[in-house]
Amino acid sequence: MADRLNTGILISGLGHASVLGLLLFGPVFSAEPLKFEEMDVTIISGEEFAALLPPVDEAPSVNEAPEAVAPPAPEVVEPPAPVVEEPEVVEAPTPEQQAPPEPDPAPDTSQIQPLPETVVEETPPQEPQPPEVADQVVLLPPSNLRPKARPSERIAPEAVAPSEPDVALDTVVQDAVTEDADATDVAEAQDATAPEEASTEIVTEAETPSGAPEKSLRPKTRPRAPVQTAQPATDTDTSVASALEQALIGAADSVADVPTGPPLTRGEKDALVVAVGNCWNVGSLSTDALQVTVTVGFSMEQDARPVSRSIRLVSSEGGSGDAVTRAFDAARRAVLRCGARGYNLPVEKYDQWKEIEITFNPERMRIK
Amino acid sequence: MRYILALLVLLMGGFSTPSTVNAQQPLKLTITDGVIEPLPFAVPTFQAETPNAAQFATDIARVVAEDLTGTGLFREIGADAFISTISSFGAPIQYPDWRAINAQALINGAVSADANGNLVLKFRLYDVFSGAELGSGLQFAGTAQGWRRMAHKVADEVYNRITGEDKYFDSRVVFVSETGPKADRAKRLAVMDYDGANLQYLTDSSAIVLAPRFSPTRDRVLYTSYESGFPRIYVLDVANVGQRALDVPDGTMSFAPRFSPDGQRVVFSLTTGGNTDIYTLDIASGQRTRLTDTPAIETAPSYSPDGTRIVFESDRSGTQQLYVMPAGGGEATRISFGSGRYGTPVWSPRGDLVAFTKQSKGRFHIGVMRLDGSEERLLTASFLDEGPTWAPNGRVIMFTRETQGANGAPALYSVDISGRNLRKLRTETAASDPSWSPLQK
Repeated sequence: MADRLNTGILISGLGHASVLGLLLFGPVFSAEPLKFEEMDVTIISGEEFAALLPPVDEAPSVNEAPEAVAPPAPEVVEPPAPVVEEPEVVEAPTPEQQAPPEPDPAPDTSQIQPLPETVVEETPPQEPQPPEVADQVVLLPPSNLRPKARPSERIAPEAVAPSEPDVALDTVVQDAVTEDADATDVAEAQDATAPEEASTEIVTEAETPSGAPEKSLRPKTRPRAPVQTAQPATDTDTSVASALEQALIGAADSVADVPTGPPLTRGEKDALVVAVGNCWNVGSLSTDALQVTVTVGFSMEQDARPVSRSIRLVSSEGGSGDAVTRAFDAARRAVLRCGARGYNLPVEKYDQWKEIEITFNPERMRIK
Repeated sequence: MRYILALLVLLMGGFSTPSTVNAQQPLKLTITDGVIEPLPFAVPTFQAETPNAAQFATDIARVVAEDLTGTGLFREIGADAFISTISSFGAPIQYPDWRAINAQALINGAVSADANGNLVLKFRLYDVFSGAELGSGLQFAGTAQGWRRMAHKVADEVYNRITGEDKYFDSRVVFVSETGPKADRAKRLAVMDYDGANLQYLTDSSAIVLAPRFSPTRDRVLYTSYESGFPRIYVLDVANVGQRALDVPDGTMSFAPRFSPDGQRVVFSLTTGGNTDIYTLDIASGQRTRLTDTPAIETAPSYSPDGTRIVFESDRSGTQQLYVMPAGGGEATRISFGSGRYGTPVWSPRGDLVAFTKQSKGRFHIGVMRLDGSEERLLTASFLDEGPTWAPNGRVIMFTRETQGANGAPALYSVDISGRNLRKLRTETAASDPSWSPLQK
């Protein structure tokens, strides 16, 4: 029994010793390291990865807080299929068999009574009293706020006086050379030259006094004519002298009435035409009134507002009677409406526009 | 020497004259460009001078405002913009307050009613910017049932005084009222105020009726009925809706009737033996006169206002065109030469224009032209526009416009002869074939 045990131990010891010898000295475990394949890897987020996946039904999110549980959906019960009954085949009635549509009842003739007569009495009602409206004149402070010019840029280093009119422009100043028969030295003839007139800066009109009056002058009253005393005519020379004196007085008056301001420029006239035209509404005129050209005259206040009562019909062309009246009414409305706050007219030229005549020609406004 | 001095005096006087004239010369300007826009007006609620007239005062002012704005020539300024109020009919007008809201015309009115229901309506019209009354105040008296007519009369006066056009609000329109599906329309004659109010039916729908036409005195209506199975002309008395057929030969078709300006004759088309020509019929004697005698189809005759000429349509040239001939018949002159087909001509009450239907390039138009064919102007264009009729003042045209499709229905439209202000009329049912009455007296 003990021999068999020793033999086993011996065999086991020899086996283990051989294995250890192989591990230590044998080439069995001297293998080469394994080879790895390399590849690129991109790191993506979980959201990006989810986006790459096909959409799936989202699972209901779980909230920490309990939610009310929805009641279970009622069981869907398919409704019974409708029983389709085959309609009875009925032959369509022939037109003769169709009952004619019931006509509307005959009209109630009692509804159709003669229209109520309306008697028109052209009796003017009692005249209303004219409004008692006192004119309120509000004096506004005089406005001396002229636009202030910006400082102008310098345009030349130094000012140059204007040259003589027959001097040619050049950068060099030189006198004219003319032929002189007595001269000993002969020089080539040449024209006088001078630099172009220049200023150191641009002076705008707003910076220079325009000379226009700051305030408009009231029109002068006509001077009182000298009182003529009855004098017996002594001789013809005295009467002629008297006539001459009268003529001189008249001439002096006329000179006093001559417009003092400069004439309106074309731009100022055009502006007035546009201003009145903007209020000349022919949309409510009859086709007959649109055939009428009217000329309307009126006076102007110094504040450039038309005097309402002065508006008058000067002449008309192309119509008569009612059509002229309507055309004149439209023209008068135009003058008054857009002039209610005063037209934009230069006050220093008041004498030029204190009386105005405007011809309203609707030829281009007619219905065509 | 004396003469020399006198001459010197004259010369000096002569020199002084131009200076004086120059000082008095006004600034002269010419304006050729204005604006075309509705004229703004204000119509405060009329004053009720008796307690039972309050509703009338409100309603009448509304109708006046609607009449004026409906022309397209006026624009109402709403009451919420008013600065001042008018306390009584005789109260002075505060012109600056009305100028401030740009009201160019102001209508002030008052209504009173007595115990018997009779109304008295008075009004005044003011030119606000002139600060003066425009025309004289007027006063109308009538029954309470006629309050709309009284309102129309006020609006007519205002319209006439401002524009210079003749009046037309106090007028009526006879037309064909249509109900039911498109394939089976029931048609009845009906009459209404020009603005669609006071609708009354004149016939039942037992027979198809077409093309009603007012008489010059507004008491009769000519129309075409298929009651007998064939088109035949009838005369209807508006007062009692009694009707009778015009005397035409049996087996013929008569249609497209229209009264002469004096109301004594009827001009119409008569088809006999397959040929359609124009005839007149003397209503008193029943005498019938043939005016045209060609193998072409000639129809839609319309008298000139003076009754001396007739405009009609004919295809004698190969296409449907417009012609004018003497009222007694004779040589006809062609007046339409444009492309397309022309039909249903109607002479303007003013006598200067002819309105017509034109079909060109698949579209229908209502247009006007002068009697020599010049100045043709197409006012509308649609799938189907036809059957123009003139307002009593010759400024507005009413016509039928039918919409396209299975559910399409006809309706009445009006348009200014300038081509502006196209409007659809309010009618209870679909409507076609309008005929405008003369102005009521």
